Amino acid sequence: MNLKATLLGAAAAFAMAPMAMAERGSDGHVNIIYWQAPSLMNPYLSGGTKDLEAASLVIEPLARYDETGAIVPWLVDTVPTVENGGVAEDLTSITWTLSEGLLWSDGTPVTSADVRFSWEYCTAEGGGCAQSEKYNDVTDVEIVDDRTVIVHFGISKPFPYGPFVGAQSPIIQASQFADCLGAAAPSCTDANFSPIGTGPFTVTDFRPNDVISLEANQNYRDANLPAFSSVTFKGGGDATAAGRAVLETGEFDYAWNLQLAPDVLANMQSAGQGQIVSGFGTLVERIMVNMTDVNPDLGEERGTAAHPHPFLTDRDVRQALSMAIDRALLTEIGYGDAGRPSCNVLPAPAIYASTANDGCLVQDIAGANALLDAAGWERGSDGVRERDGVRLSMLYQTSTNAVRQDFQALIKQWWSEIGVETELRNLDASVFFGGDPASPDTFQKFFADVEMYANNFDGTDPESYMANWACEQAPRPETQWQGNNMPRFCSEEYDALVAEMSTTGDINERARLAKAMNDMLMQEYVIIPLVDRGRVSAHSNTLGGVILNTWDSELWNAADWHRLSN
Amino acid sequence: MTDITEIQENASRSQWWDVWDQFKSHRGALIGAGFFLIIVFGVTFGPWLWTIDPTYIDIRARNQGPSFAHPFGTDQLGRDTLARMIKGGQTSMSVGLVAMALALFLGTFIGVVAGFFKKLDGPLMRLTDLFLALPLLPLLLVMVMLFRDTLSSIFGPEMGIFVLMVTAIGITSWMPTARIVRGDVLAIKEREFVLAARSIGTSNQKMIMRHILPNVLSPIMVSATLGIANAIITESALSFLGLGFPPDFPTWGRLLFDSVDYLQQYPERVMWPGLAISFTVLAVNYVGDGLRDALDPRIRGR
Amino acid sequence: MLNFTIRRLLLAIPTLLFISLIIFLLLTLAPGDPTANLPLSIPPEVKQQIRESLGLGQAWYIRFVLWVKAFYITEPLYLIESLTGWDVYGDQQRVLSWQFRSPVMDIVTQRLPQTLWVVGLAYLVGALIAVPIGIISAYRQYSMFDQIGTFVSMIGFSVPTFFTGVLLIVIFSVWMPLDSFFWLPSIYDTTLEVTNWETFVKQVRQMILPVTVLALFNAAQISRFMRASMLDNLNQDYVRTARAKGLSEKTVVFVHVLRNSMIPVVTVIALGVPQVFGGAIITEQVFKVNGLGQLLITAIQASDIPTVQTLTVIFAALIIFFNLIADILYGVLDPRIRYD
Repeated sequence: MNLKATLLGAAAAFAMAPMAMAERGSDGHVNIIYWQAPSLMNPYLSGGTKDLEAASLVIEPLARYDETGAIVPWLVDTVPTVENGGVAEDLTSITWTLSEGLLWSDGTPVTSADVRFSWEYCTAEGGGCAQSEKYNDVTDVEIVDDRTVIVHFGISKPFPYGPFVGAQSPIIQASQFADCLGAAAPSCTDANFSPIGTGPFTVTDFRPNDVISLEANQNYRDANLPAFSSVTFKGGGDATAAGRAVLETGEFDYAWNLQLAPDVLANMQSAGQGQIVSGFGTLVERIMVNMTDVNPDLGEERGTAAHPHPFLTDRDVRQALSMAIDRALLTEIGYGDAGRPSCNVLPAPAIYASTANDGCLVQDIAGANALLDAAGWERGSDGVRERDGVRLSMLYQTSTNAVRQDFQALIKQWWSEIGVETELRNLDASVFFGGDPASPDTFQKFFADVEMYANNFDGTDPESYMANWACEQAPRPETQWQGNNMPRFCSEEYDALVAEMSTTGDINERARLAKAMNDMLMQEYVIIPLVDRGRVSAHSNTLGGVILNTWDSELWNAADWHRLSN
Repeated sequence: MTDITEIQENASRSQWWDVWDQFKSHRGALIGAGFFLIIVFGVTFGPWLWTIDPTYIDIRARNQGPSFAHPFGTDQLGRDTLARMIKGGQTSMSVGLVAMALALFLGTFIGVVAGFFKKLDGPLMRLTDLFLALPLLPLLLVMVMLFRDTLSSIFGPEMGIFVLMVTAIGITSWMPTARIVRGDVLAIKEREFVLAARSIGTSNQKMIMRHILPNVLSPIMVSATLGIANAIITESALSFLGLGFPPDFPTWGRLLFDSVDYLQQYPERVMWPGLAISFTVLAVNYVGDGLRDALDPRIRGR
Repeated sequence: MLNFTIRRLLLAIPTLLFISLIIFLLLTLAPGDPTANLPLSIPPEVKQQIRESLGLGQAWYIRFVLWVKAFYITEPLYLIESLTGWDVYGDQQRVLSWQFRSPVMDIVTQRLPQTLWVVGLAYLVGALIAVPIGIISAYRQYSMFDQIGTFVSMIGFSVPTFFTGVLLIVIFSVWMPLDSFFWLPSIYDTTLEVTNWETFVKQVRQMILPVTVLALFNAAQISRFMRASMLDNLNQDYVRTARAKGLSEKTVVFVHVLRNSMIPVVTVIALGVPQVFGGAIITEQVFKVNGLGQLLITAIQASDIPTVQTLTVIFAALIIFFNLIADILYGVLDPRIRYD
């Protein structure tokens, strides 16, 4: 498939769109399919991507990220910065001013009280708000007047765009959710299913995990938008079926997140009904290397720092594992144009992307063998290397997913070529990514030698993401096996960089620190990055205005979507 | 069926010859049995004849159609499909047969006991209700969590998972057989010949083995045929979810599942495992038919 | 028989409670986590707060008692109130789903129509074609009809629905031109309301593919049992007696043989009917019917224990009920069977 031509075509279509500018609702109906069905329209109660994106048609934040990752004003006229005086010099407060004349879909005005309420709602005791991290360190949201709020932070916040920015922390209507604070949140079924919002559409019928019917918001701020009068948002099935419905049968206009083998997708696109769009964010498929011993005989101390791993603590072994991998081939087989080989765990935005590790792009089996030979790992009679009675034999686990199982098979073969024996295991995603401390199979417990999954971060600021590999983040029995430092990597030097970044405001200095942390992880080979994964979606040839955005909701600009005449 | 009881110990050999004669005259059963043996031989001795490693990845040869080097073509990673079919057949056939046998044994045992002994009917049928109601997936998740490590340390990793899978499928699919057998037994034990046998003092055990069981043979045979297909497909679903064999371990169900996405581009890839499963089930079905006819003395005489 | 029925119905209550307990323990023991599907960017301590807000902080027996009260007392009261308007329900806690944060029973009622339409119809169609096929196959054993019937039903059973469903979609939705009469939708529209002829045709068209796939599967199973059972009975002494008495062949087959052959078939159908309400997980997934089967599987994947528990216990109640019906029918079909 020729991605460039596709993108150019889409861009050209978009450029021509304003000329065909019609009035609200003139383009009729649009069908969207998500193979994971939304279960709630309230991102504060249900943090799944599918729920966030469905809700983004209805409720909106003050500012959001555009397709380049830049913050753009949404319900405000300008994004506050230190330069324009919106952010205090000492970085402890940020002042937002709502646009003039904003209305909720029920016709009442949007006020700063609603903004304050959104913060209260998410931080209320017992509510279990999924996005409460966005409001970390917020001490108060002060109402200055009807349109102005000041968000106060308890500490100086170098990146003050957590609250009310991006699809994760939208503004909800105070009067609708007033009785739904804290423990009462689940009792507000109607509000959670059809929130009143400022977005281009409003919910007419919500069937959880099935289908959402929406119609144009008659009080939307632009009188000519949205072009569509109604939306059907269908959920369920699998990615193959969703892709087929848009690209082959033409029953639907937009399909989300088509994680399919590249040749399957290309074949679907050749049917001529629609186009594939893709974009890159920060999602990196990576292999985590376990630095602790997971021998079951260790009982309670299994997988803790008390017992170092018998051979993965040898940096040469870890480096050889990384060198033996052909990332370009993995990308070609698993993701096609929607992936790029990656040598960094922090691949984007451009300012944070390191180039120090690009040597990994070339597979080097001979080099890996030489490295292991030099380190004294001798091949045994069965071809598996050993040293002092320790055999290079590993358990490699990941979640169930066709592409991941292909990756496992390929990597197992490459590792066997350098004398490392691998046993594969795949686990159901709900178990693998679950935090159940009683289950031995979670990715946090990591009772395997290496494991593979993908991770990214919200928005464009990597501070909290890079803090994942601080010593204290290691999952261990004392933390009920919670934590993000799966390799149990621990370095004072790294922790110092984390601490430094949390107090540094200058963007170039932050970039230097983030790169240094990334390089340290890469050169220690505790994380072996594989592929920088893009988002792939598809839209029909007659749907115009789609701009794929990987930094925010994919449906962020649904107001601009319109029907193209063939 | 009543005349089976009359057969003396020394005559039993000739009775089995009769059965064999009748079986031989059943063309479908002979073809089925022949086919079944071919599959069994194929998957058992295939690896010696076709020596390509089923897990060997030849990435340059991926997505190939049938050719001289790869008679069944290759998959998306360039693994040889014929080798994978052979290896997959070993797993699928053994899981299918053993799990079916286990389910059949449990089902028949519980069904006969519940139907025959009035006192046990209630408790056993409530147990069946319980098992029918249990949601399969959480049950298997629990079984895997509790027993995977224990079983692999006893039997070794592959055998351990095999035992786990077979048990899991067996104990979650005996219930229909049990209910059907019980229903038939309830009716049969009221028949005249059972009363007659009882009046001459036949013991319960003999009654069940000689009079009841031979008469519920046909539904058991049907259950067996359906059970094999069921076990092969269930195994693939479980492995897919990560509850069964490791992901690089081919089975027929798994090959079928993986190739459905490629249905339009490479239809032959779906065909091989689909045909293998269907023909195995058909073969077992015809053998079952033949056996049923052969064991029925009334037909045998004709 | 009446005594027996009443006794069994009374016995069903403790049985159901016991089954509820076992299922609850199973679900609690199963590894899984309601926050597993959240993006990894949500930190672990927030996930912990979410789990606590769902009530997972409490001991399992407290959660079980709360569920029992909500399911066996509050939900029936709520049902009575919404049917009759009497004020009996008050505002006690109903069974709330962890995924939707709304009452599970509301979703179940929402899902029931599409499941009954598709899965129920498929079962009915399957049973209606299976019984005659089974009878003819047995009566004309090893005829052409029997051979073809055997072949088709064995293929129908051994080829899983995830394959037949996709195959039919590729043929009728992808290859067939969009404007052709034979084009059929691959995605089931659950919001469609049948109000006039046009919408009725639309409804029929979108049901054709899923119903075909499921009916083939069901028919295969039932017809095999029907055939086997008929074969057993066709050779019995009483058939010879009936024929010797000079009864017409029709009477012999349809009155005597069929009646005596129905016992295993009744069992199979009684086992199958509750499964109609359980939905057809794979077929619903393939055609996006989003019925009860899809509800159950998504709830299991999301570790939504209240939903899974409620659905399985309803399922258990149906199993107990239909097995009781089967037992009563045995007595009707064969009056010699006595339970007293």
